[in-house]
Amino acid sequence: MERYVYADNAATTPVSKEVVDAMMPYLTDKWGNPSSLHAKGREASIALEDARARIAACLGADAKEIYFTSCGSESDNWALKGAALAGKQKGRTHIITSKIEHHAALHACAWLEKQGFTVTYLGVDTNGVVSIEELKAAISDKTALVSVMLANNEIGTIEPIAEIAKIAHEHGALMFTDAVQAIGNIPVNVKELGVDMLALSGHKIHTPKGIGALYIKKGVRIDNLVDGGGQERGKRGGTENLPYIIGLATAIERAYARLPEMERVAKLRDYLIDNILAAIPHSTLNGPREGRLPGNVNIGFEYIEGESMLLLLDFEGIAASTGSACSSASLDPSHVLLAIGVPHERAHGSLRLSISTETTKEDADYILEKLPPIVQRLRDMSPLYEEAMQAK
Amino acid sequence: MSMLYSEQVMDHFTHPRNVGVIEDADGIGEIGNAKCGDIMKMYLKIEKGIIVDAKFKTFGCGAAVATSSMATEMIKGKSIDDALTLTNKAVIEALGGLPAVKVHCSVLAEEAVKCALADYYKKQGIAHPVIAEAEALMGADHDHEHETTEE
Repeated sequence: MERYVYADNAATTPVSKEVVDAMMPYLTDKWGNPSSLHAKGREASIALEDARARIAACLGADAKEIYFTSCGSESDNWALKGAALAGKQKGRTHIITSKIEHHAALHACAWLEKQGFTVTYLGVDTNGVVSIEELKAAISDKTALVSVMLANNEIGTIEPIAEIAKIAHEHGALMFTDAVQAIGNIPVNVKELGVDMLALSGHKIHTPKGIGALYIKKGVRIDNLVDGGGQERGKRGGTENLPYIIGLATAIERAYARLPEMERVAKLRDYLIDNILAAIPHSTLNGPREGRLPGNVNIGFEYIEGESMLLLLDFEGIAASTGSACSSASLDPSHVLLAIGVPHERAHGSLRLSISTETTKEDADYILEKLPPIVQRLRDMSPLYEEAMQAK
Repeated sequence: MSMLYSEQVMDHFTHPRNVGVIEDADGIGEIGNAKCGDIMKMYLKIEKGIIVDAKFKTFGCGAAVATSSMATEMIKGKSIDDALTLTNKAVIEALGGLPAVKVHCSVLAEEAVKCALADYYKKQGIAHPVIAEAEALMGADHDHEHETTEE
């Protein structure tokens, strides 16, 4: 293998050495339980609160507003279920979300529907932007929560969260945003967004898997998801995963410090998009040109299927992902691509490249060298391509 | 959910045997649909009841390509009657197994062979039960089984 290009940073990111170095003392010597009163416990407790404050500072929040969880999915589940159950006590049994949320949020909503809540799934335009009109039409004084992701994991659309939050608050509803894909890619500030809750995950910003957090604005009350021994001010049970929390604090500071570099990443993204579309006929960009995460490229290739493309790219040392059903084991291709109006057959042939500050121009050129012959090879094998060419 | 492919599957996917078309094919079968993400088209050359050549084109995942490739290898040189007994299980075994979620791809390969043979009989004006079988397969809305687990 000549080169290895990791272009699947939206799935997970390489663990940073800086993060591991920061974690190491807490995996070895500093193993105390932050809840213990003795010296070992105090040492852990001080480190825990320091990490919380550092994360809060990045987000523009107060340290007391940050709660640690095991992952982004737990944060999503807690925000949605906790806010719904708390809303129900005030007679609010309606949730509004979008059709392009992560499955952690969508499946939590499906669970809430089974519990008797009503859920509205807002449509999106062809760029993946949530319909404000549909939101205004759906929201009422029965709405407990509006939940819309800050940026989409598949097509990179950045949603107008501040505008949505304002509408939610006008109707007395809470506003939650899943910022798992946004953190580290765009500036994220809870005050500027005006949200009541925000979910984030460590492994998308170079920590190991297994750590997440939920921002809950001071004064906002939601029900617990995990009851336990009073940790996290009684809101999330379970002895705190201190090494990973330290890792998360280091990772988020590192990510915020690197935000100026995202301008270069966005240029590399556009370089990839422009050159792929120019080099490969019958290809289209999925998602917006503007208002897109700087690392997200998602292109549909007609007449071929995505998993085959991924396998052949992998052989060339390029790691990517696809919205094809064949890669996810479900009957339908990506719900996000279908929501923006991409037909099934084209959604099967989609390729997502998610690049980062670690991606170089040489990496992009390598992708541009290897991708076109792979697409052509699969088209030469495809009966759909044969029919389409005969029709011309 | 395991998506790991066997060595044989990867071999047949990366070096598929018999890709292409037979211009003067005696039987052509096509099954699947683009909406579900897999289509197989099979071309057969038949002489004196023996399949002397088989070629395919497939739109689909790694397993779909590999099962098409293996199925053509398994029927080449065989009699029509032998080819009609080809099962997806036999294709899976020959490939050293398939992930559970990919089993439907092997069903498609078996069906593509049947459809191509049905087309052969129709063109020859010979009545054969495989014609009705193939029509049922092509008429069905291709609602093959998928598991619903996700990562």
